[in-house]
Amino acid sequence: MSIFIDEETRLVVQGITGREGSFHTNHMLAYGTNVVAGVTPGKGGQTFAGKVPVFHTVAHAVTATAANTSVIYVPAGLAAGAILEAADAGIRLIVCITEGVPVMDMTRTMLYVRERGVRLIGPNCPGLLSPGSSKVGIIPGNICAPGRVGLVSRSGTLTYEVVNHLTKNGLGQSTCVGIGGDPIIGTSFIDVLAAFQADTNTDAIVMLGEIGGTDEQKAAAFAKANLTKPVIGFIAGQTAPKGRRMGHAGAIISGSSGTAEEKIEAFRAAGISVMRRPVDVVELVRARLR
Amino acid sequence: MNLHEYQARELLKAAGVPMLEGDVATTPDQAEAIARRLGGGTVVIKAQVHAGGRGKAGGVKLAKTPLEAREHSAKILGMTIKGLIVQKVLVVPAADIASESYVGLIMDRETQRPVFMVSAAGGVDIEEVAATAPEKITRLAVDPRFGLLPHQALGLALTLYPGFAQVKAAAKIMGQLYTVFTGNGASLAEINPLATTPDGTVLALDAKVSIDDNELDRRPDLAAMRDESAEAPSEVAARTAGLTFIKLDGNVGCVVNGAGLAMATMDLVKYYGGEPANFLDIGGSSNPEKVINALRIITSDPNVKAILFNIFGGITRTDDVANGIVAATRQFKLQVPIVIRLTGTNEAEAIRILQGVGMQALNDMDEAVKNVVALAQAAA
Repeated sequence: MSIFIDEETRLVVQGITGREGSFHTNHMLAYGTNVVAGVTPGKGGQTFAGKVPVFHTVAHAVTATAANTSVIYVPAGLAAGAILEAADAGIRLIVCITEGVPVMDMTRTMLYVRERGVRLIGPNCPGLLSPGSSKVGIIPGNICAPGRVGLVSRSGTLTYEVVNHLTKNGLGQSTCVGIGGDPIIGTSFIDVLAAFQADTNTDAIVMLGEIGGTDEQKAAAFAKANLTKPVIGFIAGQTAPKGRRMGHAGAIISGSSGTAEEKIEAFRAAGISVMRRPVDVVELVRARLR
Repeated sequence: MNLHEYQARELLKAAGVPMLEGDVATTPDQAEAIARRLGGGTVVIKAQVHAGGRGKAGGVKLAKTPLEAREHSAKILGMTIKGLIVQKVLVVPAADIASESYVGLIMDRETQRPVFMVSAAGGVDIEEVAATAPEKITRLAVDPRFGLLPHQALGLALTLYPGFAQVKAAAKIMGQLYTVFTGNGASLAEINPLATTPDGTVLALDAKVSIDDNELDRRPDLAAMRDESAEAPSEVAARTAGLTFIKLDGNVGCVVNGAGLAMATMDLVKYYGGEPANFLDIGGSSNPEKVINALRIITSDPNVKAILFNIFGGITRTDDVANGIVAATRQFKLQVPIVIRLTGTNEAEAIRILQGVGMQALNDMDEAVKNVVALAQAAA
């Protein structure tokens, strides 16, 4: 078992013939993900990698293949349109990998997506991976292993670093979810914590946050009030200067709000075990599972 | 990207927001000429730098005559405020002020919408008001598909003024500010103060606009407003090279792939007793050219005593990074020690490439950070 994606996932890849889209589709196919369709306007009728039919629109792909999940690898200026198209076509889970989506586009897009009850993950995220069953996005499959730790993160390579420690030490994962580093994202820490709490195959949750915003603070309060499973947390950016955007558009300390200290304090107050270093994840997860 | 006040004024003016005429000067001569053109009365000279607290730093001065405008400008131009050299001053007529309000618009992460914040307690730092007297600020989230509706604008303006003529004027200005905000992909647009004069006129006396960096690719007109003289030269060079780089004060240079890992690496340097010299994310693609540029930028900082590479290969191929490091060391001689940690995609090949030129690669992040901190401390 896992959250959000599993063997029932029927994936359509938006931007499948592009450089990023084709590269990662090959990796998803190799991992065993059920990629049922691709979309590139103007390339409908083609076949990708000898087996995945390509359509002009998501609606055509859904009609022909019953796709229920979409992953987006289109350029930043087209990403919001791709999300809206997927929501309009009846896709229930949309994962937007694209980085650099204008926030003004996202504010309108989120309202549309929410009103239709569609789940969006991202943008600017590595996607998600349920080890042994399905991979949607760009998380390297070889560093993950099936198991009972759920992981949620705002980052990409930091996630890999932590997952790698877990896997090497025999702590497999139920699902790894990258929610993205932008200021406006479709799925928050709270959404993922709730899903892991409900997942019978997740025993402990690792939450990797960073400076900027209040999502971690709210997640900590939510965890204290609603979770019975142990949570282990990390906050990146303790040495980040104020007012500077640290790579991720959302990783910025505005005024005195969104600092690593206030987030770590919120974690502690909620009974979340705080990692000081990525490697600490192993001992802390073990301690909390005892 | 933060705009200067004079640039923000141009955007507001284009949207019809009432403001006093003014102009920007780069020399005392120009400042004097502008003061004359504005009628020869009292003007305010305002330093155009991306730093708060300009007034306290002596960057805002009242000049009673055009000659005084010249003298004050001569002092302010070239002055350093919070590490930034003042290259331009804005010259505007001094206004008689009867009241000062605050009208701001931010892209709010919590509601995921544009949110208006207005307060009758204007003219001061709004963060201070928010901290000490939050009840003095009225907030309103706008549905971006409909924009600011007339009744919403009126509702906000009614919290600012007792007289309906001013309420109407302020509501109109809020609509115009909203147009500036959405039309330019702003993350912040504010007027502080929104002032009334003794005759009851409502006008914007100061303006601040920040543009979402993600907007700049499709808006060359906004990208052209970037003032590179207001940034550290190394940060300009990094942006040109497609790198995300932020200069810090420490002596351990960091080259990392991915923003989260880059922050975690800086934190780990600090954890082991060192001080990071920078944030640098080479991104997902592992073009060797990026690695060369990264090394060039980091080594141009004389504070840097040792360099750490921390690469977790996912999409990034570690052998590409290794090739970049080798190519860079062929192009210029490194004067400081370098510690390389790489793991993941094509790591065996990467290690072989580095060993071919007598370099070592570590597999463990903690070990690499401890090593680089020790090397930097030994050299300091």
